Amino acid sequence: MTETTGRLFEGADWDFHILQRIHDACENVAIKQLGLDVYPNQIEVITAEQMLDAYSSVGMPLFYKHWSFGKHFAFHEASYRKGLMGLAYEIVINSSPCISYLMEENTATMQTLVIAHAAFGHNHFFKNNYLFKQWTDADGILDYLDFAKNYVAQCEERYGRAEVERTLDAAHALMSHGIDRYPGKKKLDLRAEEKRAGRRRQHEEEVFNDLWRTVPTGPRKSRTVLSIERRRKLLGLPQENLLYFLEKSAPRLAPWQRELLRVVRHIAQYFYPQSQTKVMNEGTATYVHYRIMNALHQKGRISDGNFLEFLQSHTNVVFQPEFDDPRFSGFNPYALGFAMMQDIERIVTNPEAEDREWFPDIAGKGDVMGVLRDVWANYRDESFINQFLSPKLMRHLRMFHLHDDPEERAGIRVDAIHDDRGFRRVRRELARQHDVGFIDANIEVVDVDLSGDRRLILHHHVIKGAQLNETDAKRVLQHLADLWTYDVSLIEVDANDKVLREYVVSPRPIPAAA
Amino acid sequence: MHIIDRRLNPGGKSLENRQRFLRRAKSLVQGAVKKTSQERDIKDVLEGGEVTIPLDGMHEPRFRREGGTRDMVLPGNKKFVEGDYLQRQGQGSAKDSGPGEGDSEDAFRFVLSRDEFVDLFLDDLELPDLAKRKIAQTESEGIQRAGYTTSGSPANISVSRTVQLALARRIALRRPRKSEMEELEAEIADCTDEETRAELVAKLEKLKAKSKRIPFIDPIDIRYRRFETVPKPVAQAVMFCLMDVSGSMSEHMKDLAKRFYMLLYVFLKRRYKHVEIVFIRHTDRAEEVDEQTFFYGPASGGTLVSSALQAMSDIVRERFNPADWNIYAAQASDGDNSYSDGELAGMLLTEKILPVCQFFAYLEVGESGGSAFDLSDSSLWTLYERLRNGGAPLSMRKVSERSEIFPVFHDLFQRRETQEKAAP
Repeated sequence: MTETTGRLFEGADWDFHILQRIHDACENVAIKQLGLDVYPNQIEVITAEQMLDAYSSVGMPLFYKHWSFGKHFAFHEASYRKGLMGLAYEIVINSSPCISYLMEENTATMQTLVIAHAAFGHNHFFKNNYLFKQWTDADGILDYLDFAKNYVAQCEERYGRAEVERTLDAAHALMSHGIDRYPGKKKLDLRAEEKRAGRRRQHEEEVFNDLWRTVPTGPRKSRTVLSIERRRKLLGLPQENLLYFLEKSAPRLAPWQRELLRVVRHIAQYFYPQSQTKVMNEGTATYVHYRIMNALHQKGRISDGNFLEFLQSHTNVVFQPEFDDPRFSGFNPYALGFAMMQDIERIVTNPEAEDREWFPDIAGKGDVMGVLRDVWANYRDESFINQFLSPKLMRHLRMFHLHDDPEERAGIRVDAIHDDRGFRRVRRELARQHDVGFIDANIEVVDVDLSGDRRLILHHHVIKGAQLNETDAKRVLQHLADLWTYDVSLIEVDANDKVLREYVVSPRPIPAAA
Repeated sequence: MHIIDRRLNPGGKSLENRQRFLRRAKSLVQGAVKKTSQERDIKDVLEGGEVTIPLDGMHEPRFRREGGTRDMVLPGNKKFVEGDYLQRQGQGSAKDSGPGEGDSEDAFRFVLSRDEFVDLFLDDLELPDLAKRKIAQTESEGIQRAGYTTSGSPANISVSRTVQLALARRIALRRPRKSEMEELEAEIADCTDEETRAELVAKLEKLKAKSKRIPFIDPIDIRYRRFETVPKPVAQAVMFCLMDVSGSMSEHMKDLAKRFYMLLYVFLKRRYKHVEIVFIRHTDRAEEVDEQTFFYGPASGGTLVSSALQAMSDIVRERFNPADWNIYAAQASDGDNSYSDGELAGMLLTEKILPVCQFFAYLEVGESGGSAFDLSDSSLWTLYERLRNGGAPLSMRKVSERSEIFPVFHDLFQRRETQEKAAP
């Protein structure tokens, strides 16, 4: 923090001394001017190849070994080599210290952008957003991943690679249904989790399984003693966290298999907030880097040329193609998030009559950063859009709502457009598109047929007629049945409890234990 | 804030995952490799490259919803008003590829490195290990300089390195130089004043004591040259390509032969550090030629197979001692040979060639369509078959299509318990 004036760097080259200066300058703006609150930063410089490596293990620096990551690596590498895909400029990890990876190929300007974006924007968001506070444990994640990696390796050694792979394959297939969606359980503490893992394994080996205490000894007695309601309650049903259910109740899993399910479940849970906050997270980071870069430029700490280079990258990142553009592939979270953040800034500082009507709480309030920090802390994509998408922005992006009903012969109906009648409907619909609870299939375990063949019964609550893809559903259910070791049936029901389709899958025979 | 340079960390963290993936996909990839190698030129194939395997089996299933009524909010409305209808198929229907399209399985493409490719390509192949004279792993040892060490035999003292270190030490410890003391002695001799003299003598004594304490060469200075023994592989192989180039050999047949030779070459290259190739073409007389001439040089004439065999035998005698070389031969021919030559060829094979060869493959090439093969066996085929039935280590196959080359090759080198009977 020695120099506070003068150029941070000249030209495109950088060295570690310059990185340090860049960081300090960014920090100065971020903390003093924007009032951000961040985890300590750790910046790691890596090569393009290492970036590819990091990509394929979901961006994490250490991860257990699994063939599917190799597949992703092969896939990314192939498209990278062919030039179909550029590499991300950065990867940032929600941990404390917050780790940002910078690629060595980046120019000094890009490194500044990335540091401002990741080390301050994302970092602040991770530390302050309620979802991350609620669901993730930034202090513990790296240790936990390390534990998971070693644990998986240990299991492979002890029980054979094929066995472990089978369990992990199954767990991965159910990963998106291994999440607690509603708070209430206490926050993850991964460190304690790791410490308890050993003891728990020991314990579970000894303890009698809850499920089988409920197995009826004689048909008559059991029916009277154990009402259906009570049984369901004992099993914690209905349960939408399939991995959790299996971990606790699958009758024939070995303790180490339960532990693997637990590992996969924890990791899924760790990533859950990220999937709910793409627009906000990227919007925040983009808004923060934009502010920081502008501040640095105004202070003369980066040259006009470098600033233009930044603007070029920035414009690429926030580019939103229109729906009839061949490049269109849905809303770009960077573009939407950034536009909304800027829009909020406008509403807070320079509102129009319309804004005062729509946003009485914040319009003209003046304190941009105060409002934004509050927004960043307390919303997720769905509620954020529902709350803050302004008519002006809808008009600007010319948003419209299409309703596609396969029954409708005439085609796809334009349900609402960016006019007075449509604003609220467009906004609600866009918010819903960003609601993970709505995007993921709603599947839950409803019952176990204990008096019969121990069949596991699941329901898929079909919304708007969207049923499961048959091939995939069968495969996932096969994995599920293999873990449950008895038949599994999945019933698709619509809102009126009408059965639309039923899948029944039997477990594959377990290969003789090695 | 910490800045950490991770660039020096070993890359390829995904290597292990990649290998696991390949292991899992092995049979699929192998199938794909074989299929690709039939479609492409062998040369290109051995460059590695992209293979396509069906996603099935490598697929990671998830519960996915599809179909039903769908709602979407899109940017960029230009002309629609509420209540308009968009055509489903045409432009404007956004990105939907249509729900309920069924489950089309995409093939999954990825790039194999050259090594991975060749590995899979040759995976279950093995060199036939016939009467072995020198096991491929046998290695002799060579000696190589490997820096300096502080212990060793006097013969290995490195004088220059030792003196260098001694000098450095003397300078560091300020050992008085000889000239310095001589100067002082001269001064004492010239000195008249008792007091100064005593001072100088004391100084001289001090220097003398110091030079005694700090030896000119100390045992810690001594360095010995260090030698390391390094294994030197003698694994080497020579491959003889024998080809009939008489007028009856068409371009197509030469092409088939070439492919076979290339496979053999790649294969040997994997197993040996050093592979030589000898090209021998023959009509009614044989000559050793370079590759270009071998495959493309115009030649014509009668056919005497024995000439090629004789040439090979001569070359082996002159240049490739069977005790040091693993010798392989592949002969490609359309099977024509003058009848009178059979006896001589057979004799050369059994007496001179087969005893020194690891493997002798005979490839009979035919015109595309292969109808010629439906006729009676060629004279050469009949001859070799007779030899083989007599117990000679010969492998023979007929090929008429490009796509057959690899399977035939594969077949010849298939790892198997009982090899075609080895010569004693």
